Amino acid sequence: MIRVKFSAFAPAAMALALVSALTALAQEEAGQPKPPRQDWSFAGMFGIYDKAQLQRGFQVYKEVCSTCHALSIPFRALADPDGPGFSEDQIKTLAASYQVTNAEPNDKGEIYKRTGTPADIIPRPEAYPNDQAAAAVFGKAPPDMALLAKARKYERGFPWFVLAALPGLEYQEVGADYIDAILNGYTKPDDPQWNLYYPGHKIAMPQPITNGAVDYKDGTPPTLANYSKDISAFLTWAAEPNLDERKRIGLRVMIFLFVLATLLYFTKKRIWESAH
Amino acid sequence: MSGPSTYVPKSAIARWFESRLPLIGLVHSSFVAFPVPRNLNYMWAFGAVLSFMLVAQIVTGVVLAMHYVPSATEAFSSVDHIMRDVNYGWLIRYMHSNGASLFFLAGYIHMFRGLYYGSFKPPREVIWIIGVIIYFLMMATAFMGYVLPWGSMSYAGATVITSLTSAIPLVGTSIAHWLWGGYAIGGPTLTRFYSLHYLLAFIIAAFVVLHVWALHVAGQNNPDGVEVKDVERDTVAFTPYATMKDVFALSLFLILYAWFVFYIPNYLLDADNSNIANPLATPAHVVPEWYLLPFYAMLRAIPNKLMGVIVLVAAIAVLAVIPWLDRSPVKSAKYRPTYRFFFWIFVAICIGLGYLGSQEPTAGLALIARILTFGYFAFFLIIMPVLSFTERTKPIPTSIADAVLEKTKTAAAAAG
Repeated sequence: MIRVKFSAFAPAAMALALVSALTALAQEEAGQPKPPRQDWSFAGMFGIYDKAQLQRGFQVYKEVCSTCHALSIPFRALADPDGPGFSEDQIKTLAASYQVTNAEPNDKGEIYKRTGTPADIIPRPEAYPNDQAAAAVFGKAPPDMALLAKARKYERGFPWFVLAALPGLEYQEVGADYIDAILNGYTKPDDPQWNLYYPGHKIAMPQPITNGAVDYKDGTPPTLANYSKDISAFLTWAAEPNLDERKRIGLRVMIFLFVLATLLYFTKKRIWESAH
Repeated sequence: MSGPSTYVPKSAIARWFESRLPLIGLVHSSFVAFPVPRNLNYMWAFGAVLSFMLVAQIVTGVVLAMHYVPSATEAFSSVDHIMRDVNYGWLIRYMHSNGASLFFLAGYIHMFRGLYYGSFKPPREVIWIIGVIIYFLMMATAFMGYVLPWGSMSYAGATVITSLTSAIPLVGTSIAHWLWGGYAIGGPTLTRFYSLHYLLAFIIAAFVVLHVWALHVAGQNNPDGVEVKDVERDTVAFTPYATMKDVFALSLFLILYAWFVFYIPNYLLDADNSNIANPLATPAHVVPEWYLLPFYAMLRAIPNKLMGVIVLVAAIAVLAVIPWLDRSPVKSAKYRPTYRFFFWIFVAICIGLGYLGSQEPTAGLALIARILTFGYFAFFLIIMPVLSFTERTKPIPTSIADAVLEKTKTAAAAAG
C-alpha cells in the first residue's frame, strides 16, 4: 500500500479545515431551518414499508391531495404485496370508480371515456387536464406526486453528506422528511402561504390538511402528525416501489459477496505463498 | 514484454483452430503466461476493476436501450416505465447509473496511481496518452448519458456545457446551433446524444484494447519504479498470481458497488433530476455529477467565458503532456519525498475543487476556487519540471527482487 508519511497528513488536514469553513460560510447565508429527521419504518439496511401505513397514506391522497395533484402510477401498483397490498377486488372496484379516457378513438373516430381497469394509470384531477390549466387556477401547477419524494431534498452540508453514505448512518429518506416537514410547517395562521421549511418560506400551496380531515378506519388517531407521516411514507413508496425487494435482494447479494471475498482472499494468499 | 506465444495446443481441435486464428495463444500469452512484477500492490488492481465496470456498463446499457425511448416527450416516462414495469428494470437502471460513478471512482484511483508511481514515464508515455484519451471519452460519454433521462438537471447541465461552444469567437454560436440541432437543447439534441452515447461506449472499449496492448509491450510499472531485469527473479506469471489478486480486489469493489445499488441508490442522484425537463424552470443549483465537479469549479472560477473554456480544456489536455513535464529519473514517489508531499497537496486540491464545484459561487468561494485552479496547474507546470532537476531522491533498489526481499526482511525484523 502507499505509505503515507505524517507530513502528508498536513495538506489533508488543511483541506478538511478549509472545507468545514466553506460549509459554515455557505450555511450562514441560508437562514433556513432544516426539516427534522423522522423515524421511518423503511429506513436503514433492513427497513421495509408498513403496509397499514401505506394504505392510510393512500386514503389521505385520495381524500385530500387528489383534488389538485396527479399521481401517475397504475392502479395495479396499489395491489403490490411489497406496497399498500390492497386486494385485487379492492383495486378493481377502485379503478371502476374512475372514468378514464381511452387511448385510442372508437370506430367513429371519437375520443371516449370508459370505466377504469387496474391496468390504467390513476387519472389526473378532472378539473385540471394538464399543467397549464392547473397553473391558470393556482398560479403554479401542483406537481405530479409519482416521483415527488425523490424530487425533493434539502442541503445538509459537510460532513453530513459524506456520513449519509456510510453503512449504519445512511440517509435515503430525505424526500419523506421534507414532505413531512412541509405539511407541519404552516406555523403562521395569518399567512396561509408561509411555510417554515419551504426554501424562501413562500409556498404556492396553502395548508392542505389539518387535524380531523381524514377518518382513519384502523383506529389511528386522526391528527395532522399522523396524516403527514402516512402520506410521506405513501409518497416514498410511490416513488420507490422497489424498496422492499431491493433490500431483500441486497442482503443476499452482500452475504454472497462477503463469503466470496473471504474465499478469494484465502485462495489468493495460498497461491502467493509459492511466490516468496 | 510481449513476444511470440509459448502456447502449445493440446487437442486436435485446438491445433486446428489455433492454426487458423491464434486467439487462444493470444489470450494465453497476454493473460496467462504474461510476466508481471512480483511487487505489485493493490493499486494495480484497478485496471481489472475498470475492465469489469466497462463490461458491466455496456451490458446494463444495452438492456436499458431495449426499453428506453430517446424522444423529448417520452424519455422521462420511459425511464419511469423501466423503474416500475420492466422486470428488474430498477436494478438495471441503478446498476447503470451507480456503475458510472464507480467507473469514475476506479478511474481516478487508477490515474492517481499512475501519477504517484510515475507510470507515465518512458517507455509508457503512449499508454498514458491513450489513458488520457479514454478519460476524455469517459467524460463525454457520462455527460451525454446524464442527459438521456431528460430530467431537470439533465437539461440544465446539457445547456450549460453545450453553450460553452458559443464562447468560440466568430463560429461559436453556429457550432452551438449545429450541436443542438436547433436554437436550444431539444428533441434533436436528445436523439443525437443517445446515438453518440451508445457509440462512444464502444470507442472507449476500442481504446482500452489499445491501452492494454501498449501496456503489454512495455510491461507493468511497479511500486518501486525499477524496471524488470531478470524475468525469473523479478516477475510471476499473470495466471494464477495476478488473476487471483485482481479477482479478489474486484470482489471487494463489488461489495462497494452492491452497497450503492441496493442500499443507497439515490445517494448520487440529484433530486432535481426526478423532475421532468422544463426549459422554463431551471433548477436552483445547477451541478454536474460529482466526477465532473472539479472541472466545473475551474470553469466557474474564471470570469471570462472563453478563458474559462480554454482553462477547462487545458486542465484535461495538460494531463497528456505530463511525460514531458516530469523528467525525474526516479519513477516512484516512494523514493521521492518532496514529490510525494506535493502529490498529496494536489489530491487535496482536486477534492477541494470538487467540493467548490458543488457549491454556489460566492465572492469568497470564487477566490478560493481561483487559488486552487492555479494550484492544479502549478503542480503540473511548475512543481513537476522543477522537481525533475532539483529534487533529492532516496536511493532506489537495484532490482524488484531485491526490493521484495528488503521488504520481507524489514517485516521479519519488526515482528521478531
